Amino acid sequence: MPGASSWSFQESDFKAISEHMNSLLRETNVKSLLLVDRTGQVVANVGAPPTFDPQAFASLTAADFSANDQLAKMIGEHEFSSLFHQGEKESMYLADIAHRVILVALFDNKTTLGMVRLKVKGTVEVLTKLFEAMFARAGTEQPKLEGFASKEAEDEIDKLFG
Amino acid sequence: MSMINYASREINCKLVYYGPGLGGKTTNLEHVYGKVNPNARGKLISLATETERTLFFDFLPVDLGTVRGFKTRFHLYTVPGQVYYNASRKLILKGVDGVVFVADSQLERMEANIESMQNLYDNMAEYGYDLTRIPFVVQYNKRDLPNAAPVKDLQAALNPGWPVSDPAKQKVTPDPTFPNEFLVWQIDTGEWVERAPVHEAVAVKGDGVFETLKTVSKLVLKSLG
Repeated sequence: MPGASSWSFQESDFKAISEHMNSLLRETNVKSLLLVDRTGQVVANVGAPPTFDPQAFASLTAADFSANDQLAKMIGEHEFSSLFHQGEKESMYLADIAHRVILVALFDNKTTLGMVRLKVKGTVEVLTKLFEAMFARAGTEQPKLEGFASKEAEDEIDKLFG
Repeated sequence: MSMINYASREINCKLVYYGPGLGGKTTNLEHVYGKVNPNARGKLISLATETERTLFFDFLPVDLGTVRGFKTRFHLYTVPGQVYYNASRKLILKGVDGVVFVADSQLERMEANIESMQNLYDNMAEYGYDLTRIPFVVQYNKRDLPNAAPVKDLQAALNPGWPVSDPAKQKVTPDPTFPNEFLVWQIDTGEWVERAPVHEAVAVKGDGVFETLKTVSKLVLKSLG
């Protein structure tokens, strides 16, 4: 895709990401953790399964972060690397990873903001290194899907629409 | 930037409906939402003002079916059309896989259409995306109105075509929508020109809505191969 930089991760990357997220989950006692990319897609999810539509959540998270980035620039900041939304019972803490991915922690009164902030910071550092290595390896070309250029694939695509 | 998950065999693609204010972008999504089987779509999220003008975006995820064993899911977004909201409009284009430009056919809106098209090119270029090289479809909406401009005039103003330098693409391609017209053709000077596929629509009645979605989705899926 011209211009649109892409990345992909391998099973070993996914395993490493999940391990870091699971250990953060245990250390902080948050309800769940989501990893969302800046275009609004869910990358990973650990902890309690979401009771909401994860796709809608991811699109709003990405928009939330992007809007706040612009607000940061307006007041002369480069970015807001983390955001906190406080609710009566449920709260969420969002942290940027390598400018491409957002780590979202959903928590209630079983933990504290201080604890979440402290522990997330460590995980963000580790995940940033991991993602930067992946981006460097992936380059900026969209990986081609095997078989998608074939006549059979074209027929299947045509059939989707009757 | 489509996201391909090999583990769950899923492809997620992002489509953005762009165009001038009150042109019918949200109406396109509302029609898709109303007609698609509820099992094949998610919630329609609208970030709108109290007067139902889009403030940030509308969002609708739709499952289209399986290709080569991959489940294909499209995330449909609209942008706020009003000139004032350019900052939020630009954010939505991030990672886009395909664009639908919803033009308002009314003669009075010609200038707004041109301004919005220019704004689309500018915002795409700021991300380093090339609109002439990604799946792009133009929809001429509100064709039922008495003050609708002729399609020929809309084409000349909004979709005149761009030069094709890739020899592989220099092949006369008939326009499936308009007989005797072409999507790729050679002009008198010998240069090759391509323009975006077009659909006429009356989005409030649903006319042309799915045709537009089909054309852009097909182009996106084919671009993955």
